[in-house]
Amino acid sequence: MKNEMVQAHGLVYEYKKYDEEGREADVTRAVDQVTLQVQKGDFVAILGHNGSGKSTLAKHMNAILTPTGGTMWVDGKDTREEAHLWEIRQSAGMVFQNPDNQIIGTIVEEDVGFGPENMGVPTKEIWERVEESLKAVNMLKYRHHSPNKLSGGQKQRVAIAGVVAMHPKCIVLDEPTAMLDPNGRKEVIRAVRALNQVEEITVILITHYMEEVIYADKVVVMDRGKVVMEGTPREIFSRVDKLKAYRLDVPQATLLAYELKKAGVDLPDGILTREELVEALCQLN
Amino acid sequence: MIRDITLGQYYPADSILHKLDPRVKLSATLAFIAALFVAKGWPGYLAATVFLAMVIKLSKVPFSFMVRGLKAIVMILMITVVFNLFLTPGDRILVQIWKLRITDVGLRTAVFMAIRLIYLIVGSSVMTLTTTPNDLTDGLERLMGPLKKMRVPVHEVAMMMSIALRFIPILLEETDKIMKAQIARGADFENGNLMQKAKNLVPLLVPLFISAFRRANDLAMAMEARCYHGGEGRTKMKPLMYVKRDYAAYGAVVLFLAVMITLRIVL
Repeated sequence: MKNEMVQAHGLVYEYKKYDEEGREADVTRAVDQVTLQVQKGDFVAILGHNGSGKSTLAKHMNAILTPTGGTMWVDGKDTREEAHLWEIRQSAGMVFQNPDNQIIGTIVEEDVGFGPENMGVPTKEIWERVEESLKAVNMLKYRHHSPNKLSGGQKQRVAIAGVVAMHPKCIVLDEPTAMLDPNGRKEVIRAVRALNQVEEITVILITHYMEEVIYADKVVVMDRGKVVMEGTPREIFSRVDKLKAYRLDVPQATLLAYELKKAGVDLPDGILTREELVEALCQLN
Repeated sequence: MIRDITLGQYYPADSILHKLDPRVKLSATLAFIAALFVAKGWPGYLAATVFLAMVIKLSKVPFSFMVRGLKAIVMILMITVVFNLFLTPGDRILVQIWKLRITDVGLRTAVFMAIRLIYLIVGSSVMTLTTTPNDLTDGLERLMGPLKKMRVPVHEVAMMMSIALRFIPILLEETDKIMKAQIARGADFENGNLMQKAKNLVPLLVPLFISAFRRANDLAMAMEARCYHGGEGRTKMKPLMYVKRDYAAYGAVVLFLAVMITLRIVL
Protein backbone atom coordinates (compact mmCIF):
# COMPACT_ATOMS: atom_id res chain seq x y z
CA MET A 1 0.00 0.00 0.00
CA LYS A 2 3.02 2.23 -0.12
CA ASN A 3 2.13 4.12 -3.24
CA GLU A 4 -1.55 4.55 -2.59
CA MET A 5 -2.61 7.97 -1.33
CA VAL A 6 -6.28 7.13 -1.06
CA GLN A 7 -7.71 3.66 -1.12
CA ALA A 8 -11.35 2.69 -0.71
CA HIS A 9 -12.50 -0.88 -0.41
CA GLY A 10 -16.21 -1.76 -0.65
CA LEU A 11 -17.06 1.66 0.76
CA VAL A 12 -20.71 2.19 1.73
CA TYR A 13 -22.29 5.30 3.22
CA GLU A 14 -25.93 5.70 4.16
CA TYR A 15 -27.72 8.90 5.06
CA LYS A 16 -30.43 8.20 7.59
CA LYS A 17 -33.54 10.27 8.00
CA TYR A 18 -35.37 10.14 11.30
CA ASP A 19 -39.04 10.83 11.91
CA GLU A 20 -40.34 12.87 14.84
CA GLU A 21 -40.12 10.01 17.31
CA GLY A 22 -36.51 9.38 16.39
CA ARG A 23 -37.12 6.20 14.45
CA GLU A 24 -35.33 5.53 11.23
CA ALA A 25 -37.75 6.62 8.56
CA ASP A 26 -35.68 6.47 5.44
CA VAL A 27 -32.24 5.32 4.42
CA THR A 28 -30.49 6.71 1.38
CA ARG A 29 -27.42 4.91 0.18
CA ALA A 30 -25.22 7.71 -1.13
CA VAL A 31 -22.09 5.65 -1.73
CA ASP A 32 -22.53 2.03 -2.69
CA GLN A 33 -19.68 -0.51 -2.72
CA VAL A 34 -17.02 1.83 -4.06
CA THR A 35 -13.55 0.42 -4.55
CA LEU A 36 -11.00 2.94 -5.67
CA GLN A 37 -7.26 3.59 -5.66
CA VAL A 38 -5.46 6.87 -6.11
CA GLN A 39 -1.67 6.71 -6.54
CA LYS A 40 0.64 9.31 -4.99
CA GLY A 41 1.28 12.27 -7.28
CA ASP A 42 -1.70 11.55 -9.51
CA PHE A 43 -4.33 13.97 -10.75
CA VAL A 44 -7.63 12.15 -10.51
CA ALA A 45 -10.97 13.61 -11.55
CA ILE A 46 -14.25 12.29 -10.21
CA LEU A 47 -17.22 13.01 -12.46
CA GLY A 48 -20.87 12.55 -11.83
CA HIS A 49 -24.31 14.05 -12.09
CA ASN A 50 -26.04 15.67 -9.10
CA GLY A 51 -26.72 13.10 -6.43
CA SER A 52 -24.21 10.61 -7.76
CA GLY A 53 -22.46 10.46 -4.38
CA LYS A 54 -19.25 12.14 -5.47
CA SER A 55 -19.29 14.78 -2.71
CA THR A 56 -20.07 12.16 -0.09
CA LEU A 57 -17.12 10.13 -1.31
CA ALA A 58 -14.91 13.23 -1.12
CA LYS A 59 -15.88 13.86 2.50
CA HIS A 60 -14.62 10.39 3.37
CA MET A 61 -11.15 11.29 2.14
CA ASN A 62 -10.88 13.95 4.86
CA ALA A 63 -12.56 11.87 7.58
CA ILE A 64 -15.43 14.35 7.80
CA LEU A 65 -17.64 11.32 7.22
CA THR A 66 -16.73 7.81 8.23
CA PRO A 67 -17.99 4.80 6.26
CA THR A 68 -21.12 2.86 7.18
CA GLY A 69 -19.54 -0.18 5.62
CA GLY A 70 -16.24 -1.06 3.95
CA THR A 71 -12.98 0.75 4.62
CA MET A 72 -11.24 3.94 3.56
CA TRP A 73 -7.49 4.34 3.94
CA VAL A 74 -5.85 7.74 3.52
CA ASP A 75 -2.07 7.58 3.34
CA GLY A 76 -2.27 4.08 4.78
CA LYS A 77 -4.41 5.08 7.77
CA ASP A 78 -7.93 3.86 8.42
CA THR A 79 -10.25 6.89 8.66
CA ARG A 80 -12.38 5.19 11.32
CA GLU A 81 -9.60 5.33 13.90
CA GLU A 82 -10.01 8.48 16.00
CA ALA A 83 -6.32 8.56 16.81
CA HIS A 84 -5.42 9.28 13.19
CA LEU A 85 -8.06 11.95 12.66
CA TRP A 86 -5.83 15.03 12.71
CA GLU A 87 -3.04 13.34 10.78
CA ILE A 88 -5.51 12.41 8.06
CA ARG A 89 -6.95 15.90 7.90
CA GLN A 90 -3.46 17.30 7.65
CA SER A 91 -2.32 14.92 4.90
CA ALA A 92 -5.51 15.24 2.85
CA GLY A 93 -6.62 18.88 2.69
CA MET A 94 -10.06 19.79 1.42
CA VAL A 95 -11.40 22.70 -0.60
CA PHE A 96 -15.16 23.22 -0.74
CA GLN A 97 -17.61 24.66 -3.22
CA ASN A 98 -18.62 27.97 -1.69
CA PRO A 99 -15.59 30.26 -1.39
CA ASP A 100 -17.28 32.59 1.13
CA ASN A 101 -18.14 29.86 3.60
CA GLN A 102 -14.65 28.44 3.99
CA ILE A 103 -12.60 31.57 4.56
CA ILE A 104 -12.22 32.19 8.27
CA GLY A 105 -9.78 35.09 8.50
CA THR A 106 -10.64 38.75 7.95
CA ILE A 107 -7.37 39.27 6.09
CA VAL A 108 -6.08 36.96 3.33
CA GLU A 109 -2.80 36.08 5.08
CA GLU A 110 -4.54 35.40 8.39
CA ASP A 111 -6.85 32.95 6.68
CA VAL A 112 -3.96 31.09 5.05
CA GLY A 113 -2.31 30.90 8.47
CA PHE A 114 -5.39 29.36 10.11
CA GLY A 115 -4.53 25.73 9.28
CA PRO A 116 -0.89 25.91 10.47
CA GLU A 117 -2.06 27.73 13.62
CA ASN A 118 -4.37 24.81 14.41
CA MET A 119 -1.55 22.35 13.87
CA GLY A 120 0.62 24.20 16.36
CA VAL A 121 3.32 25.26 13.88
CA PRO A 122 5.77 27.83 15.39
CA THR A 123 5.04 31.46 14.51
CA LYS A 124 8.09 32.00 12.33
CA GLU A 125 7.36 28.93 10.23
CA ILE A 126 3.70 29.97 9.82
CA TRP A 127 4.86 33.16 8.11
CA GLU A 128 7.15 31.20 5.78
CA ARG A 129 4.39 28.75 4.92
CA VAL A 130 1.86 31.54 4.30
CA GLU A 131 4.23 33.30 1.96
CA GLU A 132 5.14 30.22 -0.08
CA SER A 133 1.51 29.04 -0.34
CA LEU A 134 0.27 32.41 -1.50
CA LYS A 135 3.09 32.45 -4.02
CA ALA A 136 2.13 28.96 -5.24
CA VAL A 137 -1.39 30.13 -6.15
CA ASN A 138 -0.16 33.51 -7.38
CA MET A 139 -2.00 35.56 -4.75
CA LEU A 140 0.94 37.04 -2.86
CA LYS A 141 0.14 40.61 -3.80
CA TYR A 142 -3.30 40.34 -2.17
CA ARG A 143 -1.96 39.20 1.20
CA HIS A 144 -3.15 42.26 3.12
CA HIS A 145 -6.56 42.46 1.42
CA SER A 146 -9.90 41.62 2.96
CA PRO A 147 -11.36 38.45 1.39
CA ASN A 148 -14.69 40.26 0.94
CA LYS A 149 -13.19 42.39 -1.78
CA LEU A 150 -11.76 39.57 -3.90
CA SER A 151 -13.41 37.89 -6.89
CA GLY A 152 -14.74 34.33 -6.63
CA GLY A 153 -11.72 32.83 -8.38
CA GLN A 154 -9.34 34.74 -6.13
CA LYS A 155 -11.20 33.67 -3.00
CA GLN A 156 -11.06 30.05 -4.09
CA ARG A 157 -7.31 30.37 -4.69
CA VAL A 158 -6.94 31.77 -1.17
CA ALA A 159 -8.83 28.72 0.11
CA ILE A 160 -6.43 26.47 -1.82
CA ALA A 161 -3.46 28.36 -0.36
CA GLY A 162 -4.96 27.78 3.08
CA VAL A 163 -4.82 24.05 2.46
CA VAL A 164 -1.37 24.13 0.85
CA ALA A 165 0.02 25.91 3.93
CA MET A 166 -0.76 22.76 5.92
CA HIS A 167 1.73 20.88 3.68
CA PRO A 168 -0.71 18.16 2.65
CA LYS A 169 0.23 15.18 0.51
CA CYS A 170 -3.12 15.30 -1.20
CA ILE A 171 -5.76 17.94 -1.93
CA VAL A 172 -9.40 17.02 -2.40
CA LEU A 173 -11.38 19.69 -4.24
CA ASP A 174 -15.15 19.33 -4.00
CA GLU A 175 -16.60 21.19 -6.99
CA PRO A 176 -14.32 24.19 -6.43
CA THR A 177 -15.43 25.91 -9.61
CA ALA A 178 -19.20 25.39 -9.46
CA MET A 179 -19.91 28.93 -8.25
CA LEU A 180 -17.33 30.74 -10.39
CA ASP A 181 -17.42 32.53 -13.72
CA PRO A 182 -15.44 31.07 -16.66
CA ASN A 183 -12.40 33.24 -15.90
CA GLY A 184 -12.37 32.27 -12.25
CA ARG A 185 -12.67 28.62 -13.26
CA LYS A 186 -9.59 28.87 -15.46
CA GLU A 187 -7.59 30.58 -12.69
CA VAL A 188 -8.45 27.89 -10.17
CA ILE A 189 -7.75 24.96 -12.50
CA ARG A 190 -4.43 26.50 -13.52
CA ALA A 191 -3.45 26.83 -9.85
CA VAL A 192 -4.47 23.25 -9.14
CA ARG A 193 -2.51 21.87 -12.09
CA ALA A 194 0.55 23.83 -11.03
CA LEU A 195 0.36 22.33 -7.55
CA ASN A 196 0.11 18.86 -9.02
CA GLN A 197 3.00 19.29 -11.43
CA VAL A 198 5.39 21.56 -9.51
CA GLU A 199 4.79 20.56 -5.90
CA GLU A 200 3.82 16.97 -6.80
CA ILE A 201 0.76 17.05 -4.57
CA THR A 202 -1.86 14.40 -5.31
CA VAL A 203 -5.04 16.09 -6.58
CA ILE A 204 -8.54 14.68 -6.46
CA LEU A 205 -10.85 16.99 -8.36
CA ILE A 206 -14.59 16.55 -8.11
CA THR A 207 -16.46 18.37 -10.81
CA HIS A 208 -19.11 18.28 -13.46
CA TYR A 209 -17.28 20.48 -15.93
CA MET A 210 -15.76 18.26 -18.59
CA GLU A 211 -13.19 20.80 -19.71
CA GLU A 212 -11.47 20.51 -16.33
CA VAL A 213 -11.12 16.78 -16.63
CA ILE A 214 -9.02 16.50 -19.78
CA TYR A 215 -5.78 17.20 -17.88
CA ALA A 216 -6.35 14.42 -15.37
CA ASP A 217 -4.27 11.23 -15.26
CA LYS A 218 -7.34 9.23 -14.43
CA VAL A 219 -11.08 9.86 -14.60
CA VAL A 220 -13.64 8.12 -12.41
CA VAL A 221 -17.32 8.38 -13.34
CA MET A 222 -19.92 7.89 -10.63
CA ASP A 223 -23.64 7.32 -10.93
CA ARG A 224 -26.09 6.59 -8.11
CA GLY A 225 -23.34 5.92 -5.61
CA LYS A 226 -21.42 3.47 -7.75
CA VAL A 227 -18.25 3.80 -9.78
CA VAL A 228 -19.40 3.09 -13.32
CA MET A 229 -16.41 4.03 -15.47
CA GLU A 230 -12.70 4.38 -14.78
CA GLY A 231 -9.84 5.19 -17.15
CA THR A 232 -7.79 7.89 -18.84
CA PRO A 233 -9.68 10.91 -20.19
CA ARG A 234 -9.17 9.57 -23.71
CA GLU A 235 -10.70 6.21 -22.86
CA ILE A 236 -13.62 7.79 -21.05
CA PHE A 237 -14.43 10.36 -23.69
CA SER A 238 -14.31 7.88 -26.52
CA ARG A 239 -17.52 6.43 -25.10
CA VAL A 240 -19.86 9.33 -25.71
CA ASP A 241 -22.99 7.12 -25.72
CA LYS A 242 -22.29 5.73 -22.31
CA LEU A 243 -21.52 9.15 -20.82
CA LYS A 244 -24.79 10.48 -22.17
CA ALA A 245 -26.61 7.64 -20.46
CA TYR A 246 -25.15 8.90 -17.17
CA ARG A 247 -26.43 12.40 -18.00
CA LEU A 248 -22.94 13.80 -18.48
CA ASP A 249 -21.81 16.14 -21.24
CA VAL A 250 -18.64 15.68 -23.19
CA PRO A 251 -16.27 18.50 -24.28
CA GLN A 252 -17.47 20.26 -27.41
CA ALA A 253 -14.53 19.11 -29.56
CA THR A 254 -15.12 15.51 -28.52
CA LEU A 255 -18.82 15.76 -29.29
CA LEU A 256 -18.17 17.25 -32.72
CA ALA A 257 -15.66 14.52 -33.55
CA TYR A 258 -18.15 11.91 -32.36
CA GLU A 259 -20.95 13.29 -34.52
CA LEU A 260 -18.64 13.61 -37.55
CA LYS A 261 -17.55 10.03 -37.10
CA LYS A 262 -21.14 8.88 -36.92
CA ALA A 263 -21.76 10.73 -40.18
CA GLY A 264 -18.98 8.77 -41.81
CA VAL A 265 -15.86 10.93 -41.41
CA ASP A 266 -12.80 8.85 -40.59
CA LEU A 267 -11.53 10.26 -37.27
CA PRO A 268 -9.65 8.61 -34.39
CA ASP A 269 -11.38 7.93 -31.05
CA GLY A 270 -11.08 10.10 -27.97
CA ILE A 271 -10.34 13.58 -29.31
CA LEU A 272 -10.23 15.94 -26.33
CA THR A 273 -9.19 19.42 -27.42
CA ARG A 274 -9.93 21.73 -30.28
CA GLU A 275 -6.26 21.53 -31.39
CA GLU A 276 -6.43 17.76 -31.64
CA LEU A 277 -9.61 17.98 -33.69
CA VAL A 278 -8.07 20.50 -36.09
CA GLU A 279 -5.00 18.29 -36.41
CA ALA A 280 -7.11 15.20 -37.14
CA LEU A 281 -9.28 17.04 -39.65
CA CYS A 282 -6.22 18.35 -41.49
CA GLN A 283 -4.90 14.80 -41.79
CA LEU A 284 -7.94 13.97 -43.90
CA ASN A 285 -8.00 14.95 -47.50
CA MET B 1 -21.65 50.66 -1.04
CA ILE B 2 -22.75 48.23 1.62
CA ARG B 3 -19.45 46.37 1.17
CA ASP B 4 -17.39 49.25 2.40
CA ILE B 5 -18.94 49.68 5.79
CA THR B 6 -16.46 49.68 8.61
CA LEU B 7 -17.24 47.86 11.77
CA GLY B 8 -16.89 49.45 15.12
CA GLN B 9 -15.50 52.89 14.61
CA TYR B 10 -11.85 52.35 13.83
CA TYR B 11 -10.18 55.47 12.48
CA PRO B 12 -7.03 54.53 10.57
CA ALA B 13 -4.07 56.82 11.30
CA ASP B 14 -0.40 56.44 11.96
CA SER B 15 0.02 57.34 15.61
CA ILE B 16 1.80 55.88 18.60
CA LEU B 17 -1.60 55.06 20.09
CA HIS B 18 -2.54 52.98 17.04
CA LYS B 19 0.67 51.00 17.36
CA LEU B 20 0.27 50.21 21.04
CA ASP B 21 -0.52 46.67 22.08
CA PRO B 22 -4.32 46.26 22.46
CA ARG B 23 -3.81 44.87 25.96
CA VAL B 24 -2.19 48.15 27.04
CA LYS B 25 -5.08 50.14 25.62
CA LEU B 26 -7.70 47.93 27.24
CA SER B 27 -6.13 48.10 30.68
CA ALA B 28 -5.41 51.81 30.33
CA THR B 29 -9.08 52.44 29.56
CA LEU B 30 -10.11 50.47 32.63
CA ALA B 31 -7.57 52.39 34.74
CA PHE B 32 -8.86 55.69 33.38
CA ILE B 33 -12.46 54.80 34.23
CA ALA B 34 -11.41 53.76 37.73
CA ALA B 35 -9.47 57.00 38.11
CA LEU B 36 -12.57 59.00 37.18
CA PHE B 37 -14.40 57.48 40.10
CA VAL B 38 -11.48 58.06 42.43
CA ALA B 39 -11.38 61.76 41.55
CA LYS B 40 -12.82 64.17 44.06
CA GLY B 41 -12.71 67.91 43.74
CA TRP B 42 -11.32 70.18 41.07
CA PRO B 43 -7.64 69.15 41.11
CA GLY B 44 -8.52 65.53 40.37
CA TYR B 45 -10.70 66.42 37.41
CA LEU B 46 -8.08 68.81 36.16
CA ALA B 47 -5.49 66.01 36.17
CA ALA B 48 -7.92 63.71 34.30
CA THR B 49 -8.56 66.47 31.75
CA VAL B 50 -4.85 66.99 31.15
CA PHE B 51 -4.30 63.24 30.73
CA LEU B 52 -7.25 62.83 28.34
CA ALA B 53 -6.22 65.87 26.30
CA MET B 54 -2.71 64.47 25.92
CA VAL B 55 -4.00 61.08 24.80
CA ILE B 56 -6.37 62.67 22.27
CA LYS B 57 -3.51 64.78 20.90
CA LEU B 58 -1.31 61.67 20.58
CA SER B 59 -4.01 59.62 18.83
CA LYS B 60 -4.15 61.95 15.78
CA VAL B 61 -7.90 61.27 15.55
CA PRO B 62 -9.96 64.43 14.87
CA PHE B 63 -11.73 65.66 18.00
CA SER B 64 -15.14 65.57 16.27
CA PHE B 65 -14.93 61.76 16.11
CA MET B 66 -14.49 61.58 19.86
CA VAL B 67 -17.54 63.68 20.52
CA ARG B 68 -19.66 61.62 18.15
CA GLY B 69 -20.01 58.88 20.75
CA LEU B 70 -21.61 61.36 23.12
CA LYS B 71 -24.77 61.60 21.00
CA ALA B 72 -25.84 58.18 22.24
CA ILE B 73 -25.79 59.23 25.88
CA VAL B 74 -27.32 62.70 25.65
CA MET B 75 -30.57 61.50 27.24
CA ILE B 76 -28.87 59.70 30.13
CA LEU B 77 -26.63 62.69 30.63
CA MET B 78 -29.61 65.09 30.84
CA ILE B 79 -31.51 62.90 33.28
CA THR B 80 -28.49 62.46 35.54
CA VAL B 81 -27.76 66.16 35.57
CA VAL B 82 -31.37 67.18 36.27
CA PHE B 83 -31.82 64.67 39.08
CA ASN B 84 -28.56 65.56 40.76
CA LEU B 85 -29.23 69.25 40.35
CA PHE B 86 -32.66 69.33 41.94
CA LEU B 87 -32.72 66.42 44.32
CA THR B 88 -29.46 66.75 46.24
CA PRO B 89 -29.99 68.23 49.69
CA GLY B 90 -27.50 70.90 50.80
CA ASP B 91 -26.94 73.78 53.20
CA ARG B 92 -27.18 76.80 50.97
CA ILE B 93 -30.07 77.17 48.61
CA LEU B 94 -29.02 79.00 45.48
CA VAL B 95 -32.24 79.05 43.46
CA GLN B 96 -35.74 78.01 44.45
CA ILE B 97 -38.51 77.57 41.89
CA TRP B 98 -41.75 76.35 43.47
CA LYS B 99 -40.78 73.17 45.29
CA LEU B 100 -37.59 72.52 43.33
CA ARG B 101 -34.46 73.93 44.81
CA ILE B 102 -30.88 73.97 43.62
CA THR B 103 -28.35 73.75 46.39
CA ASP B 104 -24.61 74.37 46.25
CA VAL B 105 -23.89 70.68 46.79
CA GLY B 106 -26.40 69.73 44.09
CA LEU B 107 -24.78 72.02 41.55
CA ARG B 108 -21.37 70.59 42.38
CA THR B 109 -22.45 66.94 42.09
CA ALA B 110 -24.34 67.60 38.85
CA VAL B 111 -21.34 69.19 37.19
CA PHE B 112 -18.92 66.49 38.34
CA MET B 113 -21.30 63.72 37.30
CA ALA B 114 -21.61 65.23 33.83
CA ILE B 115 -17.83 65.49 33.47
CA ARG B 116 -17.42 61.92 34.67
CA LEU B 117 -19.87 60.53 32.12
CA ILE B 118 -18.48 62.57 29.25
CA TYR B 119 -14.89 61.58 30.02
CA LEU B 120 -15.93 57.96 30.35
CA ILE B 121 -17.39 57.91 26.86
CA VAL B 122 -14.61 59.95 25.27
CA GLY B 123 -11.98 57.81 26.98
CA SER B 124 -13.38 54.55 25.67
CA SER B 125 -13.93 56.10 22.23
CA VAL B 126 -10.20 56.81 22.07
CA MET B 127 -9.59 53.09 22.51
CA THR B 128 -12.13 51.87 19.93
CA LEU B 129 -11.06 54.55 17.45
CA THR B 130 -7.42 53.52 17.57
CA THR B 131 -7.79 49.71 17.72
CA THR B 132 -9.06 47.43 14.94
CA PRO B 133 -11.84 45.03 16.01
CA ASN B 134 -9.47 42.12 15.38
CA ASP B 135 -6.77 43.49 17.67
CA LEU B 136 -9.40 44.18 20.27
CA THR B 137 -10.57 40.55 20.16
CA ASP B 138 -6.99 39.31 20.40
CA GLY B 139 -6.26 41.61 23.31
CA LEU B 140 -9.40 40.53 25.14
CA GLU B 141 -8.55 36.86 24.63
CA ARG B 142 -5.09 37.34 26.14
CA LEU B 143 -6.24 39.55 29.02
CA MET B 144 -9.04 37.14 29.93
CA GLY B 145 -6.62 34.19 29.67
CA PRO B 146 -6.51 33.56 33.44
CA LEU B 147 -10.30 33.05 33.41
CA LYS B 148 -9.73 29.83 31.49
CA LYS B 149 -8.83 28.19 34.78
CA MET B 150 -12.34 28.99 35.94
CA ARG B 151 -13.67 27.18 32.88
CA VAL B 152 -14.70 30.35 31.06
CA PRO B 153 -14.49 29.51 27.32
CA VAL B 154 -12.29 32.51 26.51
CA HIS B 155 -10.80 31.19 23.29
CA GLU B 156 -14.20 30.10 21.96
CA VAL B 157 -15.76 33.48 22.68
CA ALA B 158 -12.88 35.28 20.97
CA MET B 159 -13.14 32.96 17.95
CA MET B 160 -16.88 33.62 17.74
CA MET B 161 -16.30 37.35 17.86
CA SER B 162 -13.77 37.27 15.05
CA ILE B 163 -15.96 35.02 12.89
CA ALA B 164 -18.88 37.38 13.46
CA LEU B 165 -16.66 40.24 12.32
CA ARG B 166 -15.84 38.35 9.13
CA PHE B 167 -19.46 37.44 8.36
CA ILE B 168 -21.30 40.66 9.18
CA PRO B 169 -20.45 42.28 5.83
CA ILE B 170 -21.37 39.06 3.98
CA LEU B 171 -24.73 38.82 5.73
CA LEU B 172 -25.39 42.51 5.12
CA GLU B 173 -24.78 42.01 1.45
CA GLU B 174 -27.09 39.03 1.50
CA THR B 175 -29.81 41.05 3.26
CA ASP B 176 -29.50 43.63 0.53
CA LYS B 177 -29.87 40.94 -2.14
CA ILE B 178 -32.89 39.27 -0.53
CA MET B 179 -34.51 42.66 0.01
CA LYS B 180 -34.15 43.53 -3.67
CA ALA B 181 -35.47 40.13 -4.70
CA GLN B 182 -38.52 40.57 -2.46
CA ILE B 183 -39.11 44.15 -3.61
CA ALA B 184 -38.99 42.94 -7.22
CA ARG B 185 -41.81 40.57 -6.34
CA GLY B 186 -43.92 43.27 -4.74
CA ALA B 187 -42.85 43.24 -1.09
CA ASP B 188 -43.16 46.55 0.69
CA PHE B 189 -40.60 47.47 3.33
CA GLU B 190 -41.26 51.18 3.57
CA ASN B 191 -44.95 51.94 4.08
CA GLY B 192 -47.35 51.25 6.91
CA ASN B 193 -47.17 51.71 10.66
CA LEU B 194 -44.64 50.10 12.95
CA MET B 195 -46.59 46.85 13.34
CA GLN B 196 -47.03 46.42 9.60
CA LYS B 197 -43.40 47.24 8.97
CA ALA B 198 -42.32 44.62 11.47
CA LYS B 199 -44.62 42.08 9.85
CA ASN B 200 -43.24 42.90 6.42
CA LEU B 201 -39.77 42.01 7.63
CA VAL B 202 -40.69 38.34 8.07
CA PRO B 203 -40.15 37.40 4.39
CA LEU B 204 -36.72 39.02 4.72
CA LEU B 205 -35.68 37.41 7.98
CA VAL B 206 -36.71 33.83 7.23
CA PRO B 207 -34.46 33.36 4.17
CA LEU B 208 -31.69 35.27 5.89
CA PHE B 209 -31.76 32.94 8.89
CA ILE B 210 -31.86 29.84 6.72
CA SER B 211 -28.87 31.03 4.76
CA ALA B 212 -26.99 31.99 7.92
CA PHE B 213 -27.47 28.50 9.35
CA ARG B 214 -26.34 26.92 6.11
CA ARG B 215 -23.24 29.10 6.12
CA ALA B 216 -22.52 28.21 9.72
CA ASN B 217 -22.73 24.52 8.85
CA ASP B 218 -20.39 24.90 5.88
CA LEU B 219 -17.95 26.99 7.87
CA ALA B 220 -17.84 24.50 10.73
CA MET B 221 -17.03 21.74 8.27
CA ALA B 222 -14.33 23.82 6.58
CA MET B 223 -12.78 24.64 9.95
CA GLU B 224 -12.73 20.99 10.99
CA ALA B 225 -11.24 20.03 7.64
CA ARG B 226 -8.43 22.44 8.45
CA CYS B 227 -7.71 20.71 11.75
CA TYR B 228 -9.48 23.20 14.02
CA HIS B 229 -9.97 21.60 17.42
CA GLY B 230 -10.32 24.45 19.87
CA GLY B 231 -7.68 26.59 21.49
CA GLU B 232 -5.56 23.77 22.85
CA GLY B 233 -2.18 23.30 21.21
CA ARG B 234 -2.82 26.20 18.90
CA THR B 235 -0.07 28.62 17.93
CA LYS B 236 -0.55 32.19 16.80
CA MET B 237 0.49 33.67 13.50
CA LYS B 238 0.50 37.15 14.99
CA PRO B 239 1.19 36.71 18.70
CA LEU B 240 0.85 39.80 20.87
CA MET B 241 4.22 40.90 22.17
CA TYR B 242 5.06 43.85 24.33
CA VAL B 243 7.74 46.22 23.05
CA LYS B 244 9.40 49.21 24.70
CA ARG B 245 6.62 51.69 23.96
CA ASP B 246 4.07 49.38 25.60
CA TYR B 247 6.03 49.35 28.86
CA ALA B 248 6.38 53.12 28.63
CA ALA B 249 2.62 53.41 28.18
CA TYR B 250 2.01 51.18 31.19
CA GLY B 251 4.36 53.44 33.14
CA ALA B 252 2.43 56.54 32.11
CA VAL B 253 -0.88 54.96 33.13
CA VAL B 254 0.47 53.90 36.53
CA LEU B 255 1.85 57.40 37.07
CA PHE B 256 -1.51 58.91 36.21
CA LEU B 257 -3.30 56.57 38.63
CA ALA B 258 -0.81 57.44 41.34
CA VAL B 259 -1.38 61.17 40.81
CA MET B 260 -5.14 60.70 41.00
CA ILE B 261 -4.96 58.67 44.20
CA THR B 262 -2.52 61.12 45.82
CA LEU B 263 -4.77 64.02 44.94
CA ARG B 264 -7.68 62.28 46.59
CA ILE B 265 -5.80 61.49 49.78
CA VAL B 266 -4.04 64.83 50.12
CA LEU B 267 -7.08 67.03 49.47
